[in-house]
Amino acid sequence: MTPPLLALVLGLLGAAVLSDRGAHASAVGDADRGAKIYERCIACHSLARNRTGPKHCGMIGRVAGTQKGYRYSKAMRAWGKVWTPESLDEFLENPRRTVPRTRMGYAGVKDAGERANLIAYLIRENGPGGSCP
Amino acid sequence: MYQPKLFTQLEHLTLDRRRLLTGTGKVTLSAGAIALLTGCSGLAGDAEAKSDIMADDANILNSALGAEREAVAAYQVGAESGLLSPGVLQLAVKFQDHHKQHTDVLAKTIKQLGGTPDTPMTKYDFPTDQLKNEADVLRFAAGLEKGAVSAYLGAVPLFGNRDLAKAAASILGDEAMHWAVLRGALGEDPVPVAFVS
Repeated sequence: MTPPLLALVLGLLGAAVLSDRGAHASAVGDADRGAKIYERCIACHSLARNRTGPKHCGMIGRVAGTQKGYRYSKAMRAWGKVWTPESLDEFLENPRRTVPRTRMGYAGVKDAGERANLIAYLIRENGPGGSCP
Repeated sequence: MYQPKLFTQLEHLTLDRRRLLTGTGKVTLSAGAIALLTGCSGLAGDAEAKSDIMADDANILNSALGAEREAVAAYQVGAESGLLSPGVLQLAVKFQDHHKQHTDVLAKTIKQLGGTPDTPMTKYDFPTDQLKNEADVLRFAAGLEKGAVSAYLGAVPLFGNRDLAKAAASILGDEAMHWAVLRGALGEDPVPVAFVS
């Protein structure tokens, strides 16, 4: 594992330990179940390609609203948070409450367990052995 | 082209409301009547709040518009792939036409809400290298339709205007039928679950 990636993973683990949200996502998330939850997202998103929504490869550890080649709302560009298990959990629970005027017209994933699985899937696909380059 | 009645009703409501808000309406209505016209609950005099609701609704519809445009393009890729048998090709063209109708209605409604439809993407990047046969195309389309059902399901509770929620649910129903038919064409259980999510 390269030092920056190691630092990122340690940072994410640290964030997970420090918060209930992140701890829940990291500790109990089942990535395989998360893959099924992700099927709800694929009208607009994919891992590898910007579509109606931005791609998800490379998102973990990146500042929200900064994916190259994607046209974000002003609201998302201004939010300024880094995508971590904690911030993902907050956003996915209720995107439009978390970032009012986001382009994402979706009520959210209300079940904490489903969010944990979805986040585990995104982390797995973005990590070593995942499908993201 | 056929337009769902509720969208055409909405058109009248929105235009009436805009005339009222811009002061060009020729009749004076009570606050309660204005509230009824706008389809919004709460105080009719709170024009700014209603404008925010309309902007939010237009924003949600723009998400749907983007997905619908992509669906039109995806079916075009499938139809031109040379991989589809005549019966499946006929289905693909029909479903594409449905998505075109959704696209037209959504763009028109966004304008009527005072919004601007997002500019269409100049190019769609589909995983065409993974489409080797008819089943691949069907599975790809079924995945998009299933995702569309979920997307509309996630949008329905967000609309400030209940007529729009009803219209979105109407599109959801159409796309759920697409998903079921595509699964059937793949030889899979067309309706695998009692609830969609």
